[in-house]
Amino acid sequence: MTAIEVKDLVKKYDSITAVNGISLEVKSGEFFGFLGPNGAGKTTTIHILCTLLKPTSGSAKVNGYDCVTQALQVRSSIGLVFQETTLDRELSVYENLLFNCYLYNLKKKVAEARIDEILEVSGLKDRKHHSIMKLSGGMRRNLDIARGILHRPKILFLDEPTIGLDPQARIHIWDFINKLRKQEAMTVFLTTHYMEEAEKCDRIGIIDHGRLIALGTPAELKRMIKGDVIHLRTTRDLEIEQMIQKQFQLSTKRTPEGIFLEVDSGEAFIPLLFKTFGDQIQAININRPSLNDVFLHLTGREFK
Amino acid sequence: MLAFRPIYIIMVREFKRFFRQKGRFFSALARPLIWLFVIGSGLAQIVQAPDRFSYKQFIFPGILGMVVLFQSMLSSLSTVYDREFGIVRLLLVAPITKLTVVIGKIASGSFLATTQGVILLILAPFLGIKIGFVQLLSMLIFLILTAIAISSLGMLIATQMNSLENFAGVMNFVIFPMFFLSGGLYPVKLLPKALQAIVYINPLTYGIDLFKHTLLPEIYRTGRGTDFPVEFDIFMLLLFTLITASLAVVFFNREGKLVLLGRRPRG
Ligand SMILES: Nc1ncnc2c1ncn2[C@@H]1O[C@H](COP(=O)(O)OP(=O)(O)OP(=O)(O)O)[C@@H](O)[C@H]1O
Ligand SMILES: [Mg+2]
Repeated sequence: MTAIEVKDLVKKYDSITAVNGISLEVKSGEFFGFLGPNGAGKTTTIHILCTLLKPTSGSAKVNGYDCVTQALQVRSSIGLVFQETTLDRELSVYENLLFNCYLYNLKKKVAEARIDEILEVSGLKDRKHHSIMKLSGGMRRNLDIARGILHRPKILFLDEPTIGLDPQARIHIWDFINKLRKQEAMTVFLTTHYMEEAEKCDRIGIIDHGRLIALGTPAELKRMIKGDVIHLRTTRDLEIEQMIQKQFQLSTKRTPEGIFLEVDSGEAFIPLLFKTFGDQIQAININRPSLNDVFLHLTGREFK
Repeated sequence: MLAFRPIYIIMVREFKRFFRQKGRFFSALARPLIWLFVIGSGLAQIVQAPDRFSYKQFIFPGILGMVVLFQSMLSSLSTVYDREFGIVRLLLVAPITKLTVVIGKIASGSFLATTQGVILLILAPFLGIKIGFVQLLSMLIFLILTAIAISSLGMLIATQMNSLENFAGVMNFVIFPMFFLSGGLYPVKLLPKALQAIVYINPLTYGIDLFKHTLLPEIYRTGRGTDFPVEFDIFMLLLFTLITASLAVVFFNREGKLVLLGRRPRG
């Protein structure tokens, strides 16, 4: 079954085209990652899917319902965790959760049971009656997510669930997300601009300037790059890049971080490089292609 | 279309916030007393109350109106604050209609305002105003009608505000004029004709008129007290509510405005 179906989606703000003709499908139960740099259009896309914004053109269906004409049905079948927290600082953890339960029309008894259950899973059990102000950033984020699934949505949208958190807190959030996925068997649509997080998804879409520039499993995407990626730091990037292009007929990418080369075999290529530019090379690295290299390959820019 | 539980929880939240914000709570308590005993005493020297009434008696309905005015307006305008903290987005992504959200907010403000009005009625006997069961019941209904009308207007204003920075403007150009041009502090007839026109489009005028009918029935048609028949007051309040509340629903989150404005860095 198809959980999300997007066709030629366009969203224009006054002068900016935030989403520029995106089409994609997400299958039921899939863990889909939307990867893109700042301002790529991730949040805008999510907001359209969650019926908060109307598309300028194109269509979007969620759980089989049209995001424009059947907004109410879409909303009752999804959970959304916003990029910025929407917790009410003047209420306690429990009160925040209860607020959501009632918004989704859950009966008191059901609500209480769900709240206790979710506090257990999220590791916030002993914080039930604490004020939001007393929670750490990571705990607040956990609570934001917990709140998004109280009504057992079929699809959970997570807009940058770990942005701004320290590595420890990020690990916690991921444990929580994984637990939820096992328990609820729901579709998860996640946006991120962390490569490592995108790697954990079943499938990812890379978005840049409002366009979907790649779509597939992380492994498939990395196969777009044939061999290895060599990362070179030199004293004179500009000249050396040109010389490499001439001499080896290679396509190269240059960023403030140095020069990137895609070669069939890194081990075989490095001695050649040294023979020619030995004294100008400051540092050299061979890597199996990462999603960052894929992004670089596709856009000519480094991620972020 | 309308769901009970969401409206209920929106009201509960408003209530909890009201009692937790000590400043809000105490100023709501102090404001009517200051007007009645401090400002009221001063004005009494200048404005002559209708025969047989003390000035405090005369302005008591007006003070009740003020309490309703402030609480209804502040509650409705808190929607703007909710928007800045993302709560409105939470409401928008829940499977409830805009109508439910708007009614939830109007009900919250009206409930708080009516409660304060009823509490203030405790002072009536001390001012020499007699209140029986019938008066109490009428006052309850009239307070509710007035509060709903003003909360609806507040919601309509909130839909037009981009941030709380405009709050002072609303205070100066809406809330205070509504209070001063309501017949609550001095008889409407004392005002210049141009200002009288504003009095007649001010819902608070009709609310205070109803309070006067109930609390000071003797001054009806003396030319210095109530100005309209009860039925007309009620009709005007309902009409006003219908118009402003409908517009508030229409304008609420037009073009996704609330979603966009609600986006702020996480703190
Ligand atoms: N209300 C708005 N008015 C005008 N332009 C907007 C508005 N909201 C977003 N944009 C623009 O649309 C583009 C996409 O923004 P969006 O928030 O969807 O990106 P994003 O991928 O979520 O970025 P981030 O990683 O920073 O969250 C950006 O160029 C942004 O400046
Ligand atoms: Mg975003």
